[in-house]
Amino acid sequence: MSTPTDFLLWVRGPGFDIALVIFIIGVIIRLLEVLVLGRKPDQAEPRGGELGPGLRTVVTRTLPETGSFKRAPFTVIGGYIWHIGFFISLFLFVPHIELINATLGLIWPGIPSNLVDAVAAVTIVTLIAMLFSRLSHPVKRYLSGPEDYLTWLVTFLPMLTGYLAYHRMIDPYPLVLGLHILSVELLMVVFPFTKLMHAFTFIIARWYNGAMAGRRGVQS
Amino acid sequence: MSGATLERGMNAFREQMNAPIASFFSSCVNCGMCAEACLFYTETDDPKYTPINKLEPFRRVWEQEYTIWGKVKSMLGLTKPVTDELLAEWEELIYDGCTLCGRCSMVCPVGNDISYMIRRAREGFVAAGYAPEGIKGASRRAITIGSPMGVKYPALAAQIKHVEADTGLTIPVDVEGADYMALLSSMEIMNFPEYLEALARIFKQAGVSWTISSKAFEATNSGIQIGSSDIARELVSRVVSEAEKLKVKYVISPECGHAYTAIRWEGPNLIGRPYNFKVVHILELLDELRATGRIKTEGTEDDRLTFHDPCQIVRKGGVLEQPRNLLEMVTSDYVDMTDSREMNWCCGGGGGVSANERAEELRIKVFKRKKSQLDELNVDTLVTACANCRLIIEEGLEEYRMEMPVVGLTEMIAEHLVEDKE
Repeated sequence: MSTPTDFLLWVRGPGFDIALVIFIIGVIIRLLEVLVLGRKPDQAEPRGGELGPGLRTVVTRTLPETGSFKRAPFTVIGGYIWHIGFFISLFLFVPHIELINATLGLIWPGIPSNLVDAVAAVTIVTLIAMLFSRLSHPVKRYLSGPEDYLTWLVTFLPMLTGYLAYHRMIDPYPLVLGLHILSVELLMVVFPFTKLMHAFTFIIARWYNGAMAGRRGVQS
Repeated sequence: MSGATLERGMNAFREQMNAPIASFFSSCVNCGMCAEACLFYTETDDPKYTPINKLEPFRRVWEQEYTIWGKVKSMLGLTKPVTDELLAEWEELIYDGCTLCGRCSMVCPVGNDISYMIRRAREGFVAAGYAPEGIKGASRRAITIGSPMGVKYPALAAQIKHVEADTGLTIPVDVEGADYMALLSSMEIMNFPEYLEALARIFKQAGVSWTISSKAFEATNSGIQIGSSDIARELVSRVVSEAEKLKVKYVISPECGHAYTAIRWEGPNLIGRPYNFKVVHILELLDELRATGRIKTEGTEDDRLTFHDPCQIVRKGGVLEQPRNLLEMVTSDYVDMTDSREMNWCCGGGGGVSANERAEELRIKVFKRKKSQLDELNVDTLVTACANCRLIIEEGLEEYRMEMPVVGLTEMIAEHLVEDKE
């Protein structure tokens, strides 16, 4: 890895493969760790079903409850902006789609690159604002530990390096592109071992919440 | 409660671990939204009362024993263990600073049912010996005397006699083969005997076949509040065996929130089998009597009224529309609170907080939430359906110098009941 090109070749080749294996195996293990615990069958006579209310909560919990939204609008709106911005940047940027097509054979239409560029800029600014909020809001600051800042960092770096690579703000180009890919690999490697896992487990959590309330005849 | 040790506490935490709990801990991103739904945070601005923070000891058990990565971190000395000091510090948060109201469970963006987690985490706290003296005492009295307030059957018999003298009705006791067995809370026996009178009059008019058991009349369950399945199971078993002995078809849960949770939702799981009878909340039964035309009312309350939804009956119990249907019969100027039904705010005294003298100052402080809900409405009277909420609200109103009668819904229905003259 003596030259930027060697570095790029490594992160695109063996580096990516290692990260992908850790990511996939790690996520599967983490999901199994949750699911194998199971739960005892509920002996109380149900008032309502579990499946319908559970699935409904999986969807409806995406929208905030009015009162708490009014009390913490920044957390909610900031959360929406950066999550949506992150997914647009990841899945609707044409070079990313081409990469996914080359590896998985899946393809879908992208959106114009300059639009992704604008979304990415907004996402980066929002992520920085969210960090400031975490450092200054009394509740978030109180709750936060090293893992919260680590997960912020590994989420932020792919956005930042992607932006720098797109605008070729670091020379030579293979170096910045390599750094971008490396930052994604870092995200993938950290993902299964941290609360980034919520991206998968929130579906299980929301389902249990809705199902347990649904049994009692309440839509949670 | 005897022989409580850290080791027993850890074992209790482990017994409570399951897939829902693991999915909830895996999903929390410390966004802090649950704080905004909790009156202990909104009224104190102290971030330690953030609901998910109350679970830190339980979270450590999950991370260190139920995740491979957590086990590795523990081996490398990168995690903090659960210690007596930690549980002692957190005892105040999980008992004084939580009423198990479940409002946080309704707002968590990733769907964590935080009150479900707290109910389970309390099992570990009590097994390790970290529970407030007030709730320990109530649990002890419930087990040895049969009631958390120390009420024995002679006290109930005396109230029955009073009611019988006042109404000329007979209150059936230990009648085998009755359709319904009514439970009462100690607070209803001692503070609100109007409830018993209301039952007698309504059931007489509707022709309901019912009885009270002299051996299992107490509906409350301190075991649920302190978080001890052993105590809770013993208390539920007394009701179950008496109901099955009297061969009743239904057991009626009274105007008490956690009693309903105990007998309706937790009970069958505590004894490990479904009941041979059904459990109905008194409001469910009254609404059924209304819908089938078995009770009729006359006249309406002229006051401007609102209803305080008891958390365990409404949000955690699913009895949502019945109180509104009943109120519609007897009110002309009814108004809902801004946050009502499944999003109502707790009175501040549920989940054992009212039995915990140490928590009184905090409880009065967080009552400001209910106060501001009431201030918004400009109502004359507050109706509710939980004797505990009622007492807590009466105390809160007095503390904040608000003049407002607090009435139980069942007795309000009885007041307007059309009764056949014999």
